[in-house]
Amino acid sequence: MTPTDLSPVLAVRDLTIALPPGADRAHAVTGIDLTIEPGQTLCLVGESGSGKSVVAQAIMGMLPPALPMTSGEIALQGTPNPPQRASAYHRLRGPKVAMVFQDAISSLDPIQRVGRQLEEILEVHGVPKSERRARVMDMLAAVLLPDPDRAYRSYPHEMSGGQAQRIVIAGALLLNPALLIADEPTTALDVTTQAEILELIEKLKVEFDTSVLFITHDFGVVADIADHVVVMKDGIAVESGTAPSVLQDPQHDYTKRLLAAAALAPARDQAADGAAIFQVRDLSLTYRRGLFFNRTEVPAVREVTLDLHKGQTLAVVGESGSGKSSLAKCLLRLQDTDGGQMIFKGRDITALQGAALRDFRSKVQVVLQDPFGALDPRFKTIDAIAEGPIIHGVPKAEARERALRMLELVGLTPQAADRYPQEFSGGQRQRICIARALVLEPEVLIADEAVSALDVSIQVQVLDLFTDLQDRLGFSMVFITHDLHVAAAISDNVLVMQHGRVVEQGPTAQIFANPRDPYTRALLQSAPGQKRGLVA
Amino acid sequence: MSDATTYQRPAIPWAVRLALGFIAVFVLFALFGQWLSPHEFRATSLLDRLRPPVGFGGTWDYPLGTDARGRDLLVRLAVGAQITLIVAVVGTLIGAVLGSLLGVLAAARRGFVETVVVGAVDVQASLPIIVVALFVLAMFDSSFTLFLLLIGLTGWEVYARLMRGAVLSAKEQGYVTAVRALGASPYRIYLRHILPNVVSVALVQFTVNMPLTVLLETALSFLGLGVQSPLTSLGQIMSEGRDRLLTAWWLTLFPGVIIFLLALSISLVGDWVRDRFDPTLRSEN
Repeated sequence: MTPTDLSPVLAVRDLTIALPPGADRAHAVTGIDLTIEPGQTLCLVGESGSGKSVVAQAIMGMLPPALPMTSGEIALQGTPNPPQRASAYHRLRGPKVAMVFQDAISSLDPIQRVGRQLEEILEVHGVPKSERRARVMDMLAAVLLPDPDRAYRSYPHEMSGGQAQRIVIAGALLLNPALLIADEPTTALDVTTQAEILELIEKLKVEFDTSVLFITHDFGVVADIADHVVVMKDGIAVESGTAPSVLQDPQHDYTKRLLAAAALAPARDQAADGAAIFQVRDLSLTYRRGLFFNRTEVPAVREVTLDLHKGQTLAVVGESGSGKSSLAKCLLRLQDTDGGQMIFKGRDITALQGAALRDFRSKVQVVLQDPFGALDPRFKTIDAIAEGPIIHGVPKAEARERALRMLELVGLTPQAADRYPQEFSGGQRQRICIARALVLEPEVLIADEAVSALDVSIQVQVLDLFTDLQDRLGFSMVFITHDLHVAAAISDNVLVMQHGRVVEQGPTAQIFANPRDPYTRALLQSAPGQKRGLVA
Repeated sequence: MSDATTYQRPAIPWAVRLALGFIAVFVLFALFGQWLSPHEFRATSLLDRLRPPVGFGGTWDYPLGTDARGRDLLVRLAVGAQITLIVAVVGTLIGAVLGSLLGVLAAARRGFVETVVVGAVDVQASLPIIVVALFVLAMFDSSFTLFLLLIGLTGWEVYARLMRGAVLSAKEQGYVTAVRALGASPYRIYLRHILPNVVSVALVQFTVNMPLTVLLETALSFLGLGVQSPLTSLGQIMSEGRDRLLTAWWLTLFPGVIIFLLALSISLVGDWVRDRFDPTLRSEN
């Protein structure tokens, strides 16, 4: 036995990486220790800015010059790594350690066929031409692509997000590395696809005898795949240990918060039905493109029927392309519908125009997904919030006064009033968006993926804010989300959409406990965190 | 949270400072240069024909020499600079306003309007402008107003294309959806939200286009199609000196150098303005 077989696959000791002067802290990461034994999976858990990706870069020898490693050692299979960015890494990246990123499609060259890109990896590492094609085909079969021949000939844009991630994983494992680093590889994918990719990584880990360093923010994923867990916050490892011990007995408050966010237990008991405030009957929407001969019709919403009750929250759940955002646009009357009826407080609003439509707008408000695009960069907070009342004829001074009160209600200081959106974090901006929507005292609030762009711990805070404001102000909510955790945390009723149709709807607790439709069942089973019973 | 005052404006590079300085001197010269000389710019003096500048055998009576009809070059350059400045600013402005309006209209209305505007942009972009100018100015009586209009109508398609793109992408922003949902009218959405966010695109293009206008004016006047005698411009002065390039070099060299430095200076400032307004730098926090 050579010493390499006994050594851990990865040993990181006291890793400290500096940030450039003027950053919000002195070090990107401080004193990080990681050990991965052969065949094990270590999950590095943290939110944006925690430094988890910087650790991965350091292991790959790809730290940018602006982020120097000031202390620490990194060793792969007992051999210390060369200094950062040394040319010696060419022999390490691929055979010893390989990496998979979040955005699979952009990690592939858009103008080269997939097969050629994978063969190039072998070519660079001196594999004879005669063997390359066979090895690539074997690998494409190993990542369970339905048609390896076709994948070999495809261009990246012809693949779905899940397929592209399979290709990238195939490329990473081509040279059979001892360590696979996966940086949020499933974050951009739908839940059902995410479940497939996680399963694939588990399978390949055994098949190729590879250890895995898995970077994620999602404790559900951790519960499914991790042997060891390291939780990072602001560049420091706040907690580490074996997966069972961290999951069952978390020590640090931050770990507890992240764990709570991953729970999939419906938070609300079934509330007594209030009167229906918003009724939708057989609503349909078809997008039409092109003229005459190449005219195409894409049905986005098909015969959707729903009731929103006063003071309650309806979650609309579905994967990308299910039509849930199109439904939101119809409900907001931002998009004309093709069929069906919408009744708001007993009045048909399907074709409202002019002053009546403007009046409707003050009663039904929206909070959008991207907190960075949702605020005009040239408007100060106070002006952004006061704009709604001003549009609806409230004198400027009074509108600003109302905006200030609203600002306080969403948990921002009065000093925020005179700042521009660029000066706020994502969570703070979303608070401003909520204030802008609620200052009109709407009766219905439509939230379109309103927490999806936020870190999980911020998500929890913003969801709490929604619930708290709903209790105080009594509005009804339609909460559109792809995330079952969010739906569970906030809704009384849930509506599941697939291909523009409603496949199932009913009280959240009931549907989460006894899904009847096969798609709902698949969706719920795909939610990470079920292997270790994290999901009650 | 970051402080509003932590962002520091980058220092203005020395080349841009020099360029701004030259533009300032040029404008002052255009406005007040005639007072530097006792002569009138049309006054001929056959006794003083083709006097060289001071230092090359000339006298302080005519510091930059005289032309073939004995007119003072210094005062003629001052008047020429004035006309060139008017053509550059007004000509560029006509194109900028017209093109921007059409571009915004195309993006706002889509459909038929957009098809027509985009088609017109393509037509304009493929027209050889010098040939068209030759034709138009030869067909109609050449007047200064017509010349200004013609110059103004050359650059519009760039603005139309840029503004259409900028408005289309601004329309997709979340804040436009949000403000629409608040109940804002289309006028409010465009005047308060979309236009303020895209106007920098046109401003930047304005500074980038101006040197091209200066050069176009010069080229057309040099060909005898632009500013007509007795009025004068830098290009027209050069064209009059064309036949005596070797014997009376000062007639072409001085206006040529001024045009070169002016175009270069405006270009430098334009590039700098473009970098300052770069959208990729703007969204940084």
